[in-house]
Amino acid sequence: MSDNKLNAAQQSGAVQTTGHAWDGDLQEYNNPLPRWWLWCFYGTVVFSVLYWFIYPSWPVGQTWLKGFGKVDYTIIDKKTNKVEEREERWNTRALLLADLGEAANSEQRKAMLAKVRVASYDQIVKDPKMMEFVRSVGKGLFGDNCAACHGRGGQGVVGMYPNLTDDDWLWGGSMDKIHETLVRGRQGFMPAFEAVLKPEQLDDVAEYVLALSGEAKPSPASERGKEIFQGQTGGCYYCHGADAKGVSSQGAANLTDKIWTIADVPAQKTLEDKKAVLKTFIANGVNNTRTMPAWKGRLNDDDIKLLAVYVHQLGGAR
Amino acid sequence: MSEDSIQLYQKRVQIHPRSVKGRFRNLKTGIMVLAYTVYFLLPWLRWERPDAPDQAVLYDLPGRHFYIFGLTVQVQDIFWLAGVLIIFAILLFFVTGLAGRVWCGYFCFQTLWTDLFIMIEHWVQGERPARMRLDRKPWNREKLIKKGTTYGLWLLVAFWTGLTFTMYWVDAPTLVVDMLLGRASYAAYFTTFFLTVTTFVMAGLAREQVCIYMCPYARFQSAMFDHDTLIISYDARKGEGSKGRAKAYRGQRTPEERKVKGFGECIDCGHCVLACPMGIDIRNGLQYQCISCALCIDACEHDLVNYTSENALNGRKTQFLRPKTVGYGVILAAATTLLIWSVLTRAPYTGTVEQIRQPLYTQLSDGGIRNAYEVKLNNKLTAPMTVGIYIEGLPGATLDMDGMERIELAPQERIKLLARVQIPPVESSKVVGDKVMFVIESLDGATAKPIRQEVPFYAPAGS
Repeated sequence: MSDNKLNAAQQSGAVQTTGHAWDGDLQEYNNPLPRWWLWCFYGTVVFSVLYWFIYPSWPVGQTWLKGFGKVDYTIIDKKTNKVEEREERWNTRALLLADLGEAANSEQRKAMLAKVRVASYDQIVKDPKMMEFVRSVGKGLFGDNCAACHGRGGQGVVGMYPNLTDDDWLWGGSMDKIHETLVRGRQGFMPAFEAVLKPEQLDDVAEYVLALSGEAKPSPASERGKEIFQGQTGGCYYCHGADAKGVSSQGAANLTDKIWTIADVPAQKTLEDKKAVLKTFIANGVNNTRTMPAWKGRLNDDDIKLLAVYVHQLGGAR
Repeated sequence: MSEDSIQLYQKRVQIHPRSVKGRFRNLKTGIMVLAYTVYFLLPWLRWERPDAPDQAVLYDLPGRHFYIFGLTVQVQDIFWLAGVLIIFAILLFFVTGLAGRVWCGYFCFQTLWTDLFIMIEHWVQGERPARMRLDRKPWNREKLIKKGTTYGLWLLVAFWTGLTFTMYWVDAPTLVVDMLLGRASYAAYFTTFFLTVTTFVMAGLAREQVCIYMCPYARFQSAMFDHDTLIISYDARKGEGSKGRAKAYRGQRTPEERKVKGFGECIDCGHCVLACPMGIDIRNGLQYQCISCALCIDACEHDLVNYTSENALNGRKTQFLRPKTVGYGVILAAATTLLIWSVLTRAPYTGTVEQIRQPLYTQLSDGGIRNAYEVKLNNKLTAPMTVGIYIEGLPGATLDMDGMERIELAPQERIKLLARVQIPPVESSKVVGDKVMFVIESLDGATAKPIRQEVPFYAPAGS
């Protein structure tokens, strides 16, 4: 009656067996696969062989099956900003590069970069979208190029690399000055006073410098130190200024504020320790340890501009 | 195929179900018309949105937004989708436990499309005997025309099905024009092509094979059955009598005559078998192939096939209120309520504040301490709005955001801002590991409670 004979076995109430018998009575049920299923399976087997040739697969001697596909993509040289067209055999790395170059996000990024390129520093700082872009791209650039010395967050290392997040800038914290620092690099220097000043004079100067920022109370010793600092004996005021607030064209530090970039004074507990750590630097000077390399030629103009804004928003002179 | 010969691989036998009329056929046709009306027409419905697509239902994947009438679902609201999936899963458990494979029989797209394709086949080639005759005929003119017309119509329906599916993901009128002019995206062509092919193959050619061999739902719904679950069953007691079913030959036609002879009411007309799209005989009892389409109920003129339960078949009462159904019902109601509540109380904008922890704090030249924060804002409206940000709870603290403390957000704009909080030297010694409260309020364009978030403020000990 029914056309359907698939379930003849079930309709008769018994499941067919394959007819094989082991150990006398061990048999297996026959639940046959549909024929189309079998053909689909053969189809996938055939396709897998085609697949070897369509996509890169087996090694063959010294080479391998490279597949038919090609990937076109463009690469932008970071230094020269030159656009280079490339074609490669199919591989996922090239696909990723092609995607990075053409994806909607990449187009947005390019458009934003073009906007930042022509905008003035003031315009960038006032524009939330441009600043978001600068922070996002700048974070990567900073991590790649600057973080090795200045730390991931720009916090620096006392005595070694300046903290970029505070408001005390040896070479000036305006956007233009930061830009200049990035382009040209900087070389910090302070002469050694070991030969010029006697030990007790070093003591006095150190006491005076500590008194400048309130680390020590004014005392006869600090008065004596002041004379050395402001007079020809030490001549410190040449670079640090008569008000001891530093001269940014020299990279000379402001000694009146709470920030110590070279001698880690705040970390010392007693006045003697503070003086000791300070005297080391006055006696030996600062030499060849405070070098910021010039980035012109290593980074392109766009990246330097992005970094200048990024570093400025970390701390900047505000 | 003889019963003795062993076949390891099974040749498929084409099933030609006979059309039936009746209650369940009408119900199924009604559901079909409703489902198709919604599916095929919904993408064409427009919905005015300022600064956003005007399609009533649009799943904008590149734009990361789902538009469903007045509701815009953003990326971070995607947990609603999890909610919808949970509700559908529980609904399936609930309904299947209660009334069997209702999903399979009435709502599954495999059933709906197969039904439509069989209707087309019936319309072009005629009733079951005519179709079977046509199948046996050699390939002559008539067969070519009839089969060709059937396949052509199937292909048309399949293509429109595929195209309609694609319309849910891009602007429908633009898509149709672009498809015709050959400038639609690769994804649009592929999706349409793929859905066309699968619809044609599954609903036209594979049909019951999908339910029997491919579909996991078909199989695991059996696990939800119990003795009280409604199943479609042949009433063997009534149908078989003491001597089994028998044809209605002379002398055994009336119920009285049959009773005397010991025959049941089943006259073995085979209508229930002919009507079955799965090709089974419901008189053999509950089978895993049965999709509960209920067409055999309509087919039986003697009222021998019905919705019943195993308990009812054994003369007991069918219990609808069982721990299982009540439990699923409660979970279903709770999940639905939660989802609706979550959608109705969605915020027009979101704002989060995160401390930038490298460096944890910055010592300033005047002895003050500064902490930096990243503020993330997200306008979830399709209209612009203005947001204001201020801090409280930390004495003497000032907020500096480069003038972006008040910011206008474009429709659906997401932005990250930098916020610096600074305390003067005097307070420094008091605030080791203190907290500061950020308040993000809507100033214009949206009405909502201000978002308040407390974040840590660090200062060096003893400074």
